[in-house]
Amino acid sequence: MPRLLVLLLLLLAPLQARGQEAFEALLPGLAGGFAQQAQTVERLGTLGDPRAAAVLRALSDGRLLKRPDGTLLLRDGERVTEFPGGAAADAAGAEPVRINNRVRAALRGALGRLSLLSPDAAERMAAAEAVFRSRAAENIPLLEAALARESVAAIRARMELALAASRLAAGQDDAKRAAISALGASSSTEARAVLLEARAGNPALGAEIEAAVAAIDRRLEIRRAAETLFQGLSLGSVLLLAALGLAVTFGVMGVINMAHGEFVMLGAYTTFVMQEALRDIPALAPWSLPLAVPAAFLVAAACGAAMERGLIRHLYGRPLETLLLTFGVGMMIQQAVRLGFGAQNREVTSPPWMQGTLELPFGVMVTQNRLWILVFSLVVLLLTVAAIRLTRFGLEMRAVTQNRRIASAMGIRTGRVDALTFAFGSGIAGIAGVALSQIDNVSPNLGTSYIIDSFMVVVFGGVGSLAGTLVGAMTLGVVNKVLEPYAGVVLAKVFVLVAIMLFIQRRPRGLFALKGRAAEQ
Amino acid sequence: MKGRALYLDGVSVVFDGFRALNNLSLIVEPGELRAVIGPNGAGKTTMMDVITGKTRPTAGTVRFGETDLTRMDEASIATLGIGRKFQKPTVFDDLTVFENVELALKAPRGPIACIRWHLSGEAADRIGQVIAEVGLTDRAHDPAGILSHGQRQWLEIAMLLAQDPELLLVDEPVAGMTDAETEHTAAMLVSIAGTRSVVVVEHDLEFVRALGRRVTVLHEGSVLSEGSIDHVQNDPRVIEVYLGR
Amino acid sequence: MSATLADPADSRARLGFRAGLAGAVLLLAALPALNTLPADHALHVSDFIVSVTGKWICYAILALSLDLAWGYAGILSLGHGAFFALGGYAMGMHLMRLIGPRGAYGHPVLPDFMVFLGYTDLPWFWRGFEHFPYAMLMVLLVPGALALVVGFLAFRSRITGVYLSILTQAMTYALMLAFFRNDMGFGGNNGFTDFKELLGMPLGTPGARAALFYASLIALVASFLVCSALTRTKYGRVLTAIRDAESRARFLGYDTTRHKLFAFVLSAMLAGLAGALYVPQVGIINPGEFSPGNSIEAVIWVAVGGRGTLVGAVLGAFSVNALKTWLTSAAPDLWLFVLGGLFVAVTLLLPRGLIGLFGGRRKGRDA
Repeated sequence: MPRLLVLLLLLLAPLQARGQEAFEALLPGLAGGFAQQAQTVERLGTLGDPRAAAVLRALSDGRLLKRPDGTLLLRDGERVTEFPGGAAADAAGAEPVRINNRVRAALRGALGRLSLLSPDAAERMAAAEAVFRSRAAENIPLLEAALARESVAAIRARMELALAASRLAAGQDDAKRAAISALGASSSTEARAVLLEARAGNPALGAEIEAAVAAIDRRLEIRRAAETLFQGLSLGSVLLLAALGLAVTFGVMGVINMAHGEFVMLGAYTTFVMQEALRDIPALAPWSLPLAVPAAFLVAAACGAAMERGLIRHLYGRPLETLLLTFGVGMMIQQAVRLGFGAQNREVTSPPWMQGTLELPFGVMVTQNRLWILVFSLVVLLLTVAAIRLTRFGLEMRAVTQNRRIASAMGIRTGRVDALTFAFGSGIAGIAGVALSQIDNVSPNLGTSYIIDSFMVVVFGGVGSLAGTLVGAMTLGVVNKVLEPYAGVVLAKVFVLVAIMLFIQRRPRGLFALKGRAAEQ
Repeated sequence: MKGRALYLDGVSVVFDGFRALNNLSLIVEPGELRAVIGPNGAGKTTMMDVITGKTRPTAGTVRFGETDLTRMDEASIATLGIGRKFQKPTVFDDLTVFENVELALKAPRGPIACIRWHLSGEAADRIGQVIAEVGLTDRAHDPAGILSHGQRQWLEIAMLLAQDPELLLVDEPVAGMTDAETEHTAAMLVSIAGTRSVVVVEHDLEFVRALGRRVTVLHEGSVLSEGSIDHVQNDPRVIEVYLGR
Repeated sequence: MSATLADPADSRARLGFRAGLAGAVLLLAALPALNTLPADHALHVSDFIVSVTGKWICYAILALSLDLAWGYAGILSLGHGAFFALGGYAMGMHLMRLIGPRGAYGHPVLPDFMVFLGYTDLPWFWRGFEHFPYAMLMVLLVPGALALVVGFLAFRSRITGVYLSILTQAMTYALMLAFFRNDMGFGGNNGFTDFKELLGMPLGTPGARAALFYASLIALVASFLVCSALTRTKYGRVLTAIRDAESRARFLGYDTTRHKLFAFVLSAMLAGLAGALYVPQVGIINPGEFSPGNSIEAVIWVAVGGRGTLVGAVLGAFSVNALKTWLTSAAPDLWLFVLGGLFVAVTLLLPRGLIGLFGGRRKGRDA
């Protein structure tokens, strides 16, 4: 790295020296007529002299003054200095150098080009962007120089794009061809626009341009599809998390729990409480989110167990009553949280490793937190399946749901199994709350917005089937996102609802239906 | 005597690869009383489900006279004249015995017809007569929910009679009945048959013997043997799968 | 036949019950009259009492309609608020058309929100709403048509119990989202308000208040009589039979889809009527009326009063709303706890509702 830097400095040194003399000679041009001004500005921009940026910025901001004798002054707030030189000066008799639109345009390009060499990465990125937009032949040498010393990949990519666009605007046919294929290899809409613009001026290169545009279109199409797919899967993962607990309590036990959404909300508030409680413990503070997962599970599971033992078990076999009862409980939980934490949204911050976006090939942008939630939801699904398939508790749970009397005769304490199963499903809802706190507002009515969707997922996927819940959630998520661009968010939702109703006409028991005698109940 | 026979020809029902009925063929003549027996899982209840429209057959034809039953729903099949008594008696607990029979009584079944329905003297007499036939006259104005198990069975039979079906499907009518009740029920079914066809599914061989009619033995979803009770009891295949144990 | 067998004690009780109902109706009918007494008179009834009671009467009609579907046909609809709101919107459209050039923008035809949103013409579905009879027809037909479609799809595929409940909740939720949109042509978020007159009668005056009050009361009494006559026919018994053992009713030859659909559509129309009477009294209709919470509240009125008895539904609507009106001003934070508690109490401790306390016979089982 240091060796590279030395090399770069050596390369730039002659450029610097040559600029030194030219800079002074050019300056008077700034005070001339508009045409001369524009020309001067452009030439200053290509010099690479560090002082050029200052004077051009001053000109652009109206802070460059001109004495009647033609000497220039630079105003910086209250302070006025001679330029070049820097000695304090009296502004009396001087007036601002006036510019017109043409000069302004030249200024933008020139300033952009100069910032290409700025030590600040963000400024270089912005400059590459600006140069790309102005795409003039005189940028080419500067871009080449800047590219040679650029080390940030994203900025390099941007500069290469700008270089190609500039070459296309100026160079020989060979250079243009190279530029076209460089632009065609990108997958940006701007590159596409540049190519389309160049088509009129380059009839000879029409075929190449068409091919390049088509290549970009193809890639954009893939990117759009990939992004929609990701958004859909992301929505699906949220639905999966929200519905998974329901798939246990409703799907496996057959208990309808309208307070399910409130358990999700409790999980989100547990995350908030963990964050606040650990804020002052530096060793634990960064781990508050992972620690919230078991905490939320326990909080929601405890509430679930209490509700099952205290209330729901008195209503087994009476689903409509259970529905009303749990709705009432949900209402009370919501109001309790509203009184305890306030009705306003609570802020849960994401840990740094969940922030930002990830760029996949073809420029597909993926937000980190959504990616984590997608992974998280699948992990929770696998753990749930494992708990049901592989543990003693899962075995007893399946035994009780299949034949309560026989299970009880085999010595299984069915009451305990019911309570544990319900607590387990509720706990999963709590875990879902942890994930949702990362992407949704943590407010007392967080859960209400998910409850209907969750039921749709469970019913669509097939009651009692976790595989159905997974496929159901992902399908609904993707279909929703695919429809959204055409129908808007609300209508997409309505369409999905209607589609589910029609689907149930064909397959009343969902995608993954249990068939035969087991389904007769 | 009414003239439609029930034909089942090559009927199969498959649930997730499990063949509940396997190429089952059966003919019940008009006015016949037929007993169907078979071990658990032989497909007796599935056969009833197929005839009454609860389950659609995967393959095969089911006809009642000239009418194809496989495309009809439960309500239209019932209206066509096929009545069914379930294994577990289901009556409407909140309605009285009289009201239960009134609902079963042959009459237009649409909502408007039900709103405009007026209980004529003739209909009331018919209901009273059916209730008397099953011996529930004393309980006519009690809610069905407070009847004993045997009384509920009889109420269901009364409802079937009021429906005036051409074909009755009766699923294990004497399960859980006392000997006296069983005898009473057998006599009742024999008297019903003749004016209409009756198919009785039963486990109780003594009861089937008491009926004294043609017997069909089902096994693994198809007919294993058919004939008089003595014939099937001596059929070696039947002995092997069912009676021998 | 059952009537001829009724013993004398039973018919005396029935007579007393009817006298009690008539007394309650007369008491309600007296309220607007007592409102005209001077304010310092001992029997004076405040404007607030009259207007709030007028609202409750509309709620009672909604409760009746829900009871017909739930208490008798066993269809626990968690979306009856949608039918109520649709009836209300149909009435609201009529009232909007009657504003005429008196709106803030003074447009001769278009309601204010359409001017604001840049409409140039009245959308086709607004046509005809300036005529009262047409609007009244729509008050019944629109909720009825929705119930017909949703009910047909649901009943035909044998969606029952909690599935049906969730489905109806989803229905009202979807409608709420849809009505929040400006481009639906129903005023979006703000809905309709600033009504001026109805049938030539300026709204907001004591006279209009009394007229709407009496109209609602008459509608309540009429609905009650119709429902009670209906439930005493064989059709009523068929509904009870379907509620308790649908599959058995089907094997008896009853096309349960049609029967349930008939009850559901009738119930939806009744709910629409309630909404139409409600809107001119409160002076506003907006998408909030579709919120699932409203429908659930209607369910609790019926449950508290005692479902499967029409009196119970009406009683429940009045008592729960009286409690709500008192509590939301006395202790607003407590109301949701009390409402939630009502759900728990009524399902666990009082499955037959208040009517059950009085020993009324309910044609239903606790399921």
